[in-house]
Amino acid sequence: MNEVQKLKFYQKGTLTVGNRLVDEDKRNVQASLDRSNSLTSGHRACQGCGEALGARYAIDAAMRACDSRLIAVNATGCLEVFTTPYPETSWQIPWMHSLFGNAAAVATGVAAAMRVLGKSQTRVVAQGGDGGTTDIGFGCLSGMFERNDDVLYICYDNEGYMNTGVQRSSATPPAARTATTPAVGSAPGNVFGTGKFAPKIAVAHDIPYVATASVADLHDLEAKVLKAMTFRGARYIQINVPCPLGWGAASHDTIRLARLAIETGLFPIFEAESGYVTNVRKIRRPTPVFEYLKLQKRFAHIVRGGPEDPGVRGLQAIADRHIRDYGLLEAEA
Amino acid sequence: MFEVRIHGRGGQGVVTAAEMLSVAAFLEGKHAQAFPSFGSERMGAPVVAFCRISDKEIRLREPIQSPDALIVQDPTLFKALDVTEGLKPSGYLIVNTARGFAELREPRLDLVVARLPKGHAVTAPATELAMKHIHRPAPNTALLGAFAAAVGVVALDSVLEAIRRTFPGAVGEANVEAAKAAHALIAAKAAA
Amino acid sequence: MFQQIEGSKAMARAIALCRPQVVCAYPITPQTHIVEGLGELIRTGELQNSEFINVESEFAALSVAIGASAAGARAYTATASQGLLFMAEAVYNASGLGLPIVMTLGNRAIGAPINIWNDHSDAMAMSESGWIQLFAETNQEAADLHVFAFRLAEELSVPTMVCVDGFILTHAVERIDIPEQATVDAFLPPFEPMQCLDPDDPISIGAMVGPDAFTEVRYLEYHKQHAALGLIERLATEFQRLFGRQAGGLLRTYEAADAEILVVAMGSINGTIKDAIDEMRADGMAIGLVTLVAFRPFPGDALRQVLARATDVVVIDRAIDVGMGGPLASDIAIAMRGLPAPPAMHSAIVGLGGRPVPKASLIRLFRQAAIQPWEGPHFLDLNERVVGHELHRRRTTRRVGPAAEGILKELEKERVARLAEEAQ
Repeated sequence: MNEVQKLKFYQKGTLTVGNRLVDEDKRNVQASLDRSNSLTSGHRACQGCGEALGARYAIDAAMRACDSRLIAVNATGCLEVFTTPYPETSWQIPWMHSLFGNAAAVATGVAAAMRVLGKSQTRVVAQGGDGGTTDIGFGCLSGMFERNDDVLYICYDNEGYMNTGVQRSSATPPAARTATTPAVGSAPGNVFGTGKFAPKIAVAHDIPYVATASVADLHDLEAKVLKAMTFRGARYIQINVPCPLGWGAASHDTIRLARLAIETGLFPIFEAESGYVTNVRKIRRPTPVFEYLKLQKRFAHIVRGGPEDPGVRGLQAIADRHIRDYGLLEAEA
Repeated sequence: MFEVRIHGRGGQGVVTAAEMLSVAAFLEGKHAQAFPSFGSERMGAPVVAFCRISDKEIRLREPIQSPDALIVQDPTLFKALDVTEGLKPSGYLIVNTARGFAELREPRLDLVVARLPKGHAVTAPATELAMKHIHRPAPNTALLGAFAAAVGVVALDSVLEAIRRTFPGAVGEANVEAAKAAHALIAAKAAA
Repeated sequence: MFQQIEGSKAMARAIALCRPQVVCAYPITPQTHIVEGLGELIRTGELQNSEFINVESEFAALSVAIGASAAGARAYTATASQGLLFMAEAVYNASGLGLPIVMTLGNRAIGAPINIWNDHSDAMAMSESGWIQLFAETNQEAADLHVFAFRLAEELSVPTMVCVDGFILTHAVERIDIPEQATVDAFLPPFEPMQCLDPDDPISIGAMVGPDAFTEVRYLEYHKQHAALGLIERLATEFQRLFGRQAGGLLRTYEAADAEILVVAMGSINGTIKDAIDEMRADGMAIGLVTLVAFRPFPGDALRQVLARATDVVVIDRAIDVGMGGPLASDIAIAMRGLPAPPAMHSAIVGLGGRPVPKASLIRLFRQAAIQPWEGPHFLDLNERVVGHELHRRRTTRRVGPAAEGILKELEKERVARLAEEAQ
């Protein structure tokens, strides 16, 4: 216990996120000494919260991209609540809690103010959960896209209204148990055939840049935020952020779950510019959805029936469709 | 205070007529208030607009119930509603038609015309004059010219300047010609 | 400079003179001409350093203004009726955050039934939101009140609504003095925010406040509204000095010094009431008028002083809380409670949904207050026959359909019967 830890050779030079034992130029933002620490410690997020992780990486990357001149607008939700427990705040940047459904519009207003005050170098980020973005915030979001306002909107997608007690949103996957889609009756859990995939809708608005990202690949997440900040106009990034509490998963499984969501094809990782997909992340180790579902109690009622359970098969069909639509597998030789 | 009510159909420039009349009065240093009656307007539906003219500040804000003058831009309205309701016994009635009052065949209208003082009820072929000078069936400016001749509460020059301020350039001048022609017609009738 | 100009356009010019930096609004009758006027001034370059944003809803409109104001820009929006309700959450948000946004409210009835014409129900719906509410009597005042409102809002850091009767004022063309830029600049200095989203001095705005501090936060807002009463009067004096005419202030009186009957009203109807009062005074009646300009904060003390000497007070409400009565009447009743010999109060509900209010009807109303005062709210010019018929119908039929349909059928019958009578 009191031994000095020996430096193991293989730690040097790897691109493990957070590794400082690489040259400065290879470090990601979080590993840099000059990271902004915009979302600093002391917040009240749950153990294993994917959103806290994602937000920390995303906002510091945005700050790097604009010389630390950034204003953040935050919709009501988990992130807003756990980062500003009265009378404290864990934000070290200018930050405003809007309302639930208007983060995009308030951010538009901030961006307009920057232009008119001659401060266009100060950039604007809007943040919200999936509920605040694709449900109640959908009108304002579409309006911001349509006007091509100079705002980067980051949606932290944990697939439900987690802050208010795990209710179903339009981002909740089919079959998932939530407080408003209980696992009872003849069709337990969330209904198949419902749901919205907001990134696809964002692409349909032909805005300059759209991307999906995940806390399973934080390099990629940072890179996408940095890239998004090179554009002016409306940009959208949706980050898959597992919620251990809401998903009924172990708090140490957050990264694993995020990785499985990608590797099963359920959460496709791609980039698009001006209405066209420009880049997809190929699945490295194709995995059946069952491996992902079995780690989450919110799917227990279909996991119980094994891989052949109709619910599991339904979700597998969705994953297969994503693989086809986005070309997530390497083409056969 | 002098109160004018203008009747027409949507698309005939009734509201603009009331506004131009108010501008004419303004140019003479008077107070004037012009406003439309607010219905769900569509082209062709009956429209009413109002104009009050006074030497003092106008504080009253209600539709004009007892007008001193009526301008009727579309004679087919006589069948649709009681256009002349409330017209003061010594009021003025200016109707857009190439025919005379008798030829309009509106018995109720004949009663009203008969009761008005001589020279207070006039007809003017405003649509025809508009077609001739402006090449559009927009009778409002010609009718204002006729109004200026018949009533005398605003001068023709004020009306013409109001027209120019509302319709700039060649369109304004064309409307001015229509108004002058109508004014001349009515002035001649009165002199006769 | 005096111009013969539509009320909306005059307001647009006055607002432009205030150098708003972000203008964002969603179209709704009867405010459209104001925002269109501003948009044009920005496009032609007459209004410089201003962004005009076409938003997709009223909720977005006020949200954009909130973001702009919080980031240090002078922000403006306009709405009416349904639109005000659609942005209701943001209305409370703006006042709770203390953002000095100025908004024109083109007073219009709230549906159902849908109605595009004037009454005060929209202003009343948001009277508890913490916004300052000022009512314009004339189009001149409507233009002037926007200049007044920006100064007031920014000095206190409280959002302010300028209430302007829809159609009656917004769509009337009249003689209005548009002030000079220099005069407006002398009255309204550049915006200096009390809080600002600024990377050089980061703060968190809009955090949750728990039970331990919420009461104190609200008390401070209440205290600020109280302070606003004094500031509104001081600014009115300053405005008079700089512009040479009256605008704003808490209230004005007309022929009130020796009045036994005092009428209290807000908005454009005051003009018609003044004509009515002149006629009645010529007949020997001791009647006067109190024009209330500031509805929120409610100038209880000032009203109490003015109303104390009257024997009867007739309150004109252009809105109705159907479960309670006239909202202004309720507030006035509270204001008069402290008086040793409080006047008798008579509540009249007039002009709902744009019903014209003729001077003759008002004269009849005021005479009745003197002769045969009434209990409860009196609906001016109510068609009692039609209402009676409708009530009877409801007693005998379950599926009565929309009330308006029944009423219109009855009104049509009345009209036909009247025409038949005249023909004979």
